Amino acid sequence: MASIKDYFNDQNLMRELLLDHYKYPHNHGLLENDKYLSKRMASASCIDDITVQLDVEDDVIKDIRFDGVACTISTASTSIMSDLLIGKKVEEAEEIIRNYLNMIDNKDYDPEILEEANVFQNVYKQANRIKCATIGWDAVEEMLKESGKEDD
Amino acid sequence: MYDVEKIRKDFPMIVNHPELIYFDNGATTYKPQCVIDALTGFYNDYTSNVERGEYATAIRADQAYARTRDVIAKMIHCETKEIVFLSNITAVLNQIAYGLSKNLKKDDTILISYAEHASNVLPWFRLKKELGVNIRYIPLDKEGNVILDELEKIFDDSVKIVSLAYVTNVLGSIQPIKEMTEIAHRHNALVAVDAAQAIGHLKIDVRDLDVDFLGFSSHKMCGPDGVGVLYGKYELLQKMEPIFLGGGMNARFDIDGNVILKDAPERFEAGTPHIEGVIGLTAAAEYLMNIGLDHIHAYENELRAYLIQKMLPLDNIEIYNPNNPSGPVSFNVKEVFAQDAASYLSTRNICVRSGNHCAKILHNLIGVDQSIRASLYLYNTKEEIDRFVEEVSKITLEETISIFL
Ligand SMILES: Cc1ncc(COP(=O)(O)O)c(C=O)c1O
Repeated sequence: MASIKDYFNDQNLMRELLLDHYKYPHNHGLLENDKYLSKRMASASCIDDITVQLDVEDDVIKDIRFDGVACTISTASTSIMSDLLIGKKVEEAEEIIRNYLNMIDNKDYDPEILEEANVFQNVYKQANRIKCATIGWDAVEEMLKESGKEDD
Repeated sequence: MYDVEKIRKDFPMIVNHPELIYFDNGATTYKPQCVIDALTGFYNDYTSNVERGEYATAIRADQAYARTRDVIAKMIHCETKEIVFLSNITAVLNQIAYGLSKNLKKDDTILISYAEHASNVLPWFRLKKELGVNIRYIPLDKEGNVILDELEKIFDDSVKIVSLAYVTNVLGSIQPIKEMTEIAHRHNALVAVDAAQAIGHLKIDVRDLDVDFLGFSSHKMCGPDGVGVLYGKYELLQKMEPIFLGGGMNARFDIDGNVILKDAPERFEAGTPHIEGVIGLTAAAEYLMNIGLDHIHAYENELRAYLIQKMLPLDNIEIYNPNNPSGPVSFNVKEVFAQDAASYLSTRNICVRSGNHCAKILHNLIGVDQSIRASLYLYNTKEEIDRFVEEVSKITLEETISIFL
């Protein structure tokens, strides 16, 4: 059986996937809606400046939106993240984020749960661009943490 | 004759890394062996503090440190006592803004431009916030050059300071500092010049320009990091308050808080300075003066003209400053984010800068936030330009994405 790793060894498929998410990002554009948490990631670098919105209801991620000035990698990685996390329980989402950040750090991770996000498996080789691949993910991780605290 | 091959042999970074094309000289420059030797010479043979010791190595350190003032004074044509050492041009501009703020009041005006580096914007923004001074922007043309004819019109009695880059760091415009200073002085305003991108690239004569203050960083003229130079007319330095207080800058003080500061330039150099860096700066300045700043300037202009001539026919790029005769070339690859293009070039061993280059209000002029900047210096060659242009011509969105796979 072909594993998910084999699929993500096909350079052409991966390029297409990234291009697609860059040119036509999913869940793009912010909403005027108070129920969303919102995080602007503007001070991490002076290049990417994106805002991510998150709607969590009953411990489930209902929606994610994002917008801003961003390079290919930060746009595509946030777009792919939004697809992956919407509909997941908070706990599952946190597990996915943890595995994704491990992958970007070139540490052990479970490729099966990362689905399309496996496309970023080699980003760690461009050391100066790691931030771009994590900026949207960091935003969601921080918002989940903050909202978790309020519930306690 | 200008012998670039001979010059290249003086730079260990070039000798050790022949594969690299370094076109990020606007950020910092490579160091020649003589500068490295000056640093290690201090460490190996006469490590000591300055202005404190009575013993031989300390006296030697004192003399070497003091000699840099002479050499820099000669380089920019002023008196030795008008040269202050701080940590970089950022520190210099903060010192100038702090010092001059003591004579400013609400509704006074400071003139800067859209093309300034953050270090020549933020210290003035602070005065706007704290004192209520106005910041007004000097009219620039599309490639960042001051429009002299319109300059006079924005002056009024409230203008107290004009602070401007001699050569701007993204567009490379060489500003008409002498003419501007003449206008500013007629309106009783002081002139401060950020010469970070000018020093080591062209001959600077502060007497001829008649500017009141001028500063630069050593690291952008082949010298060590961590050293900045502040030039100020002596009577102005004597009246200016230092940011930092401490050892080395006071003459005496007592328990009642009476303090007598030393005269300029020592007054501004509180604490142990970057002694070896300052000593290394002598080596850098002498190295550049031996080659001749006029020769360096002419060679760089020739390189830049060659680069522009090779880039203009490329149809995958847009250049923002093709007509400026010197300085960096700023451009974008169509439909490709600047940082992605720079990452692609780095996989081809080409070093360029991308982003907004700390000039975050420049987009008001050129209409884009991000660009790629190729900045040349005395050791770059036409062969490097050929290789660079070849790689730039190949950049596409697909290619930039491929480097991440
Ligand atoms: C025009 C200009 N001003 C100021 C600076 C700041 O230099 P430093 O970081 O050495 O203080 C730079 C450096 O990029 C510059 O290009």
